[in-house]
Amino acid sequence: MSTALSPVERIKANSRLLRGSIASSLEDRATGSLAEQDTHLVKFHGFYQQDDRDLRTERMAQKLEPAYSFMIRVRVPGGSVSPRQWLAMDHLARTYANRALRITTRQAFQLHGVVKGDLKTTIGEINACLLDTIAACGDVNRNVMCSPLVELSPVRAAAYKTACAISQHLTPRTGAYHELWVDGKPVTPSREAEEGEPIYGPTYLPRKFKIAIAIPPLNDVDIYAQDLGFITIVEHGELVAYNVTAGGGMGTSHGEPGTYPRLADLIGSCHPQEAVKVAEEVVKLQRDYGDRSNRKHARLKYTIDDHGLEWFKEELFKRLGFSLQPPRPYEFLKRGDNLGWRRDTDGLWHLTLFIPEGRVQDSAQYRLSSCLRDIAEMHRADFRLTPNQNLIVARVTAEERHSIEKLLDRHGVAQLQSVSPMRQQALACVALPNCPLAMAEAERYLPSFADRFDALLKKHGLENEAISVRLSGCPNGCSRPYVAEVALIGKAPGSYNLLLGGSAIGDRLAQVGLENADEASIFEYLEEILRRFAEQRSAGESFGDFAHRSLCSEVA
Amino acid sequence: MLAQVRALASGLDRDQIVWTSGYLAALAQQANALARPEFAAVAESRQPLFWTVFFASETGNSKGVAESLNRRCHEIGITTKLQDLQGFRPHRLNKLQRAIFVIATHGLGDPPEGTEAFFEFWFGEQAPRIENLEYAVLALGDSSYADFCEIGRRLDLRLAELGAQRFAERVDCDLNYKPASEKWTLELLQKAERLTDAPGTGTPHLHAVEGGPTTPRNTSFRSSVLANQPITGRGSSKDVRHIELDIEDSGLSYLPGDSLAVMPKNPPQLVESLLSDLRLDGDSPVTVNSKTVSLSTALREDLEITVLSQPLLKALSSAHSQLAEQLANRDYLRELLRTHQVIDLVNEYPLEWDAQVFVDSLRDLPPRFYSIASSPDANPGEAHLTVSLVNYERFGRTHWGAASSFMADNPESLEVYVEPNEHFRLPEDPHTRIIMVGAGTGIAPYRAFVEHRREHGHTGENWLIFGDRNFSTDFLYQAEWLEFREQGFLKRIDLAFSRDGAQKVYVQHRIGGQGKRLYEWIVQGAHIYVCGDAHAMAGDVHSAILKVLQEQGSLSEEAAREQISQLRASGRYQRDVY
Repeated sequence: MSTALSPVERIKANSRLLRGSIASSLEDRATGSLAEQDTHLVKFHGFYQQDDRDLRTERMAQKLEPAYSFMIRVRVPGGSVSPRQWLAMDHLARTYANRALRITTRQAFQLHGVVKGDLKTTIGEINACLLDTIAACGDVNRNVMCSPLVELSPVRAAAYKTACAISQHLTPRTGAYHELWVDGKPVTPSREAEEGEPIYGPTYLPRKFKIAIAIPPLNDVDIYAQDLGFITIVEHGELVAYNVTAGGGMGTSHGEPGTYPRLADLIGSCHPQEAVKVAEEVVKLQRDYGDRSNRKHARLKYTIDDHGLEWFKEELFKRLGFSLQPPRPYEFLKRGDNLGWRRDTDGLWHLTLFIPEGRVQDSAQYRLSSCLRDIAEMHRADFRLTPNQNLIVARVTAEERHSIEKLLDRHGVAQLQSVSPMRQQALACVALPNCPLAMAEAERYLPSFADRFDALLKKHGLENEAISVRLSGCPNGCSRPYVAEVALIGKAPGSYNLLLGGSAIGDRLAQVGLENADEASIFEYLEEILRRFAEQRSAGESFGDFAHRSLCSEVA
Repeated sequence: MLAQVRALASGLDRDQIVWTSGYLAALAQQANALARPEFAAVAESRQPLFWTVFFASETGNSKGVAESLNRRCHEIGITTKLQDLQGFRPHRLNKLQRAIFVIATHGLGDPPEGTEAFFEFWFGEQAPRIENLEYAVLALGDSSYADFCEIGRRLDLRLAELGAQRFAERVDCDLNYKPASEKWTLELLQKAERLTDAPGTGTPHLHAVEGGPTTPRNTSFRSSVLANQPITGRGSSKDVRHIELDIEDSGLSYLPGDSLAVMPKNPPQLVESLLSDLRLDGDSPVTVNSKTVSLSTALREDLEITVLSQPLLKALSSAHSQLAEQLANRDYLRELLRTHQVIDLVNEYPLEWDAQVFVDSLRDLPPRFYSIASSPDANPGEAHLTVSLVNYERFGRTHWGAASSFMADNPESLEVYVEPNEHFRLPEDPHTRIIMVGAGTGIAPYRAFVEHRREHGHTGENWLIFGDRNFSTDFLYQAEWLEFREQGFLKRIDLAFSRDGAQKVYVQHRIGGQGKRLYEWIVQGAHIYVCGDAHAMAGDVHSAILKVLQEQGSLSEEAAREQISQLRASGRYQRDVY
């Protein structure tokens, strides 16, 4: 293994806690892009430089630079936002972003197509509504997920509190964010020297770091795909402990066998009040032992595999000054959201709405954006973004419920909700034309893929199966395809690896069924296996389990 | 002479005198070998200066006419002096007895670049009486503008007002100026012969030159179009093309700053509509410039139909008295010429047209001029143009620009010639800084400038101040400017995009915003260039520069004007506006 630091490490080290030359890059009006080193640093501030890949060739011929714009990710711990924040984000999306407000697979917001000249205003306004973008991307702890499950409201409330505490505690301390986006005043060099990153240190983490809290029986946050996970343990309706998981991660690279998806290990349990401490020590351990020479081998999963799980636990316990308790029993039953109205233990109503591809926009058939704006204007409680890219209008009174239903009808959103259970939880990453990593279509392909898949399910009488389907434009796996029951992973335009056999609750990895396949061969394959599933499944067997069985027997 | 030699020799010792005699002898031999003919001619002539022939040229046309007159005077033994009005001290006109003016007018009624001071002086209230002067004026202009030949016309009237004697009637020439200017030239020459008894003069010299003087610059060449690439991005409100022409083996040569004249053809759709609206048969034979062609060919290739000019207005107003009355109002005329095309007017004021009569009331289709966007040294055998295609709806019809529609149809070749522009040149010193101010396609010559300086490794710093509508789609040649900057050939770049923000920002605002730096550059010897729309930009930019000089240099407005005049006179402030 090479010990030379990766180039990004050097950029971080020389950045004066994430300042780099971002300020002068923003002032350069001749280009819509940033200086190369700054493109790495701005991720820590919550945005990525992208360009419209559909226009690349055309603009090169036009002697114009690529159509640069920025994807801004807004950190929303646990996915909870107030109606006022919803309205602010909706306004920003319509004013500065060229595409819809997007709900991500990590319960965050994304704005796409913001041009350089609008970055300051947009991020400034995000902060003005008490949301922020710091650490939404970059080699730091990302948005902390928390199951928005509604039935167990006291448990959810406690878990959400933990999520916010972890998020807060692991937020970078650099003043760079504030000076660039909030008050515009650079701190004096002496102040800058006083600043420090007590948790991260000057070079932050070797790679991104993801934390989630799951509330069984729902594994909507995909706890096994996270670097660090907390699973609520409830006794007599009270949160009494968290089971702790570590070492999950999705990203791989095509043709690099040293990269692989990995499910998290269950490493013990802790008292709810110890969760923040556990998070801090796992982060610090990864800071000290993570691989800083090879970014494709830098996630916690590789640190654990390189040193061994036992070493990891010992090192962690040493740092904590105590050992984790043995894990407690728990059970996951599903991952998808429960669409429609549900009532919680406090007697309040919660509406889960299906949002196609997580994109909040008006279309010819439905006016989702307008509808949610109207609801936000009348509603006093909160909105919750789900890990399945859907939306919960939470804590609604009986009177409000009536008015909200009228709005859903008026804007055509009610009809939109009658989609198959497969479609409700289908995920796709952004991919083309925005994501610079994408090798194939994902988000733009999901609607037509899902339609064909629905037709197949119907043909075989399987339309009520909640099969998890996930499309990813590249092997980095933002849509968590490696724990899906059916996944496509892009290799080239129109060409995918087809993966099958992940479990319905996300605790088993999917396996490769087809490589470099086009749509026709993918559907030929799916048709065949769905037909056999319909005929040969055991009682209650999920499609993932059946596919797993069938792929294993093929190998045997 | 002898006295001069004596004076020279006094104070020299013997050796020095001997050396001097040898030196003078050698000088005499050199003079024999190198004497330039016109120098010799002037030296031989004992005649007093007969005429000073002034020209004030925008495109080089009036210079051409003045040169032709000057040359032909010399041929018949009349001593004249050719004088560029740019750089001529206004009050010195007082010292002259006979002056000929060949004066172009800018489309908007302005004098040609660099001659403003002369007209300010003579049109101003302080202008002295000038009763000793005899003069004649030939005015050049474009009759598609209301202020057609305005400067020549005003000069003619003003000199008379100040007491000068007009010895020939003024003639106003439209774009196809040659027949009229030739007739005027011949009349002047005859007048000169009558007024002098110069030896060796006689009628044989006074023959008309067919089509006017033929100079290499007007030799056109059919060049292949190598590229016709849209360079405004998707969603732009404009369609701007980068056109690359093959001029290898054409004999054409150019320098950065020169223009290329392109002979356009009118849009066939427009010819069709016009014929049908006039109920004329496209096959009817008509005579244009003494050749017989079909009416549709004449309308497509020979005559101006996308721009309204005054002959047609005359023809129409003789039949429509209401139009005649309205045209008397200069503002009405200006607006009409700006907004209407031939087809609009013939529909608004119907007449029973005869094909030949209609053709006779249109002027010749003139070439369109484009500042060349390439350095010949960086692109051997090629000339590049930056062309904005014009195409908009008005009065329920599509209005095309002739060249625009022609270029949009992707022609395989274009007929072109080079139009030199001596008033828009890079500094001779490769270390001199330049400031390039341009809007829209006014960026074209700057691409040539910076390409040229990079090609030759010139180290003078280059500063571009460019404006257009939208950054993402209209930053013409953006990728190249970024490359120039990265390679160290673009020191600064300031941009103004008028439609990106809530407030409209133009290049003049950037000039104001960069006043301190701009002033420093000027003080340190930078040359300033302005290229682009005369109507929308040049005036505001001029005022902005004036203001910078005033504020940064703590000058009075008058002193700042004087400084601008000096910059102009020394070629450090050059404009190519259209």
